[in-house]
Amino acid sequence: MASIETRVASAGATARGSRVRTLTLAKVFVFAACSTPLVLLALRAFGITGPSLGPNPTEAVMDVLGKWGLRLLLVTLAVTPLRIVFAAPLLLGLRRMLGLFAFSYIALHFLVWITLDRWLDFAAVLEDVAKRPFITVGLTALLLLIPLAVTSTAGWMRRLGRRWQRLHRLIYPAAILGCVHYWWQVKADVREPLIYATVLLLLLGWRVHRARASTRAPARSRG
Amino acid sequence: MSDSAPRPSEITPETAYVNRREILAAAAGVLLPASALPAWAAAPSGGETLKFRRNAAFSTDESKNSFEDITTYNNFYEFGTGKSDPGANSSKFRPTPWKVAVTGEVEITGQFGLEDLLKPHPLEERVYRLRCVEAWSMVIPWIGFPLGELVKRFKPTSRAKFVAFRTVHRPAEMPGQRYPVLDWPYVEGLRIDEATHPLAMLAVGVYGRVLPNPNGAPLRLVVPWKYGFKSIKSIVEIRFTERRPPTSWNRSAPNEYGFYANVNPEVDHPRWSQARERRIGGAFLTPPRPTLPFNGYAAQVADLYRGLDLRKNF
Repeated sequence: MASIETRVASAGATARGSRVRTLTLAKVFVFAACSTPLVLLALRAFGITGPSLGPNPTEAVMDVLGKWGLRLLLVTLAVTPLRIVFAAPLLLGLRRMLGLFAFSYIALHFLVWITLDRWLDFAAVLEDVAKRPFITVGLTALLLLIPLAVTSTAGWMRRLGRRWQRLHRLIYPAAILGCVHYWWQVKADVREPLIYATVLLLLLGWRVHRARASTRAPARSRG
Repeated sequence: MSDSAPRPSEITPETAYVNRREILAAAAGVLLPASALPAWAAAPSGGETLKFRRNAAFSTDESKNSFEDITTYNNFYEFGTGKSDPGANSSKFRPTPWKVAVTGEVEITGQFGLEDLLKPHPLEERVYRLRCVEAWSMVIPWIGFPLGELVKRFKPTSRAKFVAFRTVHRPAEMPGQRYPVLDWPYVEGLRIDEATHPLAMLAVGVYGRVLPNPNGAPLRLVVPWKYGFKSIKSIVEIRFTERRPPTSWNRSAPNEYGFYANVNPEVDHPRWSQARERRIGGAFLTPPRPTLPFNGYAAQVADLYRGLDLRKNF
């Protein structure tokens, strides 16, 4: 006959087990969802699905990669607010994958630009980086994300300790620059960049509001 | 319509034109097969073949873009700001019947039906390069006639220094006009010596057929040595002016788009280089090609701008 302790422990293990299973399922789902734009792009490139990449394939590829990079960056930034507002701690387990997908799309966007668009003409690339503010901010955003991708492993989290979180706040300026990059690139129709900027403003505004509330609360209680 | 000015015999007064059209339309509806109407009148969105002669002297022998490239990848913000939007959103647009107002500093003014406007001008095909300000380019076989021939016909006065053009404004048929992306209606303009240059063309067709809706049916400008946005589409007014007319993109972003907008690899767009261009329709893995001054038409048009600082007058 099992003691109460063992029964409680086994119940705890079952709960943990189901949490792990849910997280694994969620991860598989997120992986599939985040890969979909890339898979569709590849299918279009090889003409497997109906619509091809159209008359300007390089532009089409850069467009898809850049937009999904920015969208996933915003999704990554939405994890913490959603986790707290909906009391769903599970979401935290998806953040790294989302962030790495965002980084991958943005890095691919850059690689397609220097190869298929600039044709590895590094003089032209450097001139663009120096002379075109929208490219300067875009490249800066990518550079800010590189250390975050590198230190996304459990080992680096352990090694950096408290500094890890501070370092990873670089995602805030990276996301702002990403939105600016898109905004400055369009000719006249800013409707889509406006949507991304609004979402970013809400996500950052929520954080500022929360930080203020938490510093004000103790002051009031002393009051 | 001015009553005193002499009217060339080719031009039918608007009232007569409208009446005849109504009768014709009524008759067509009751009695006649569609083939009895003029070719362009029966065509809802292009497709009817045109009679024309090839003008080899004014044509490039570079390989032409496909009809599909030309009609599915272009800018026509009246139908949306995406390059596939004109092809996707222009099926509701009705380019017939069509009237064009000729106004301002000319001896002959008035509203003219498209058929009357076109009648005296034999159509020719010219294969031109088109360079978009966004650093992509195409090669397009336009069907049309020299703009200068039309300008001469209406007898500009000595005060006519510029020719201004206006695009139709029909938000119900042009979904892009429901958003103030640009200040509608779209307007463009040329100096009168640019307008009468033999290369400047009014186009009514492409690939031997009536101009499709996405490409500016039924009447558009083609100025091959300037960025594409100068070649205004779906024209409803041609106005002769003494002062330089406003132009849509210049009004929208004066630091980025000038009045002249001549293709110039030396003068960058503030946000991107104009030194190279991507030829649409080439293989996926083709390097961009260098952009030529005046889009390769420098020998013909550079004289128009002698003494003009092209960096300031971009």
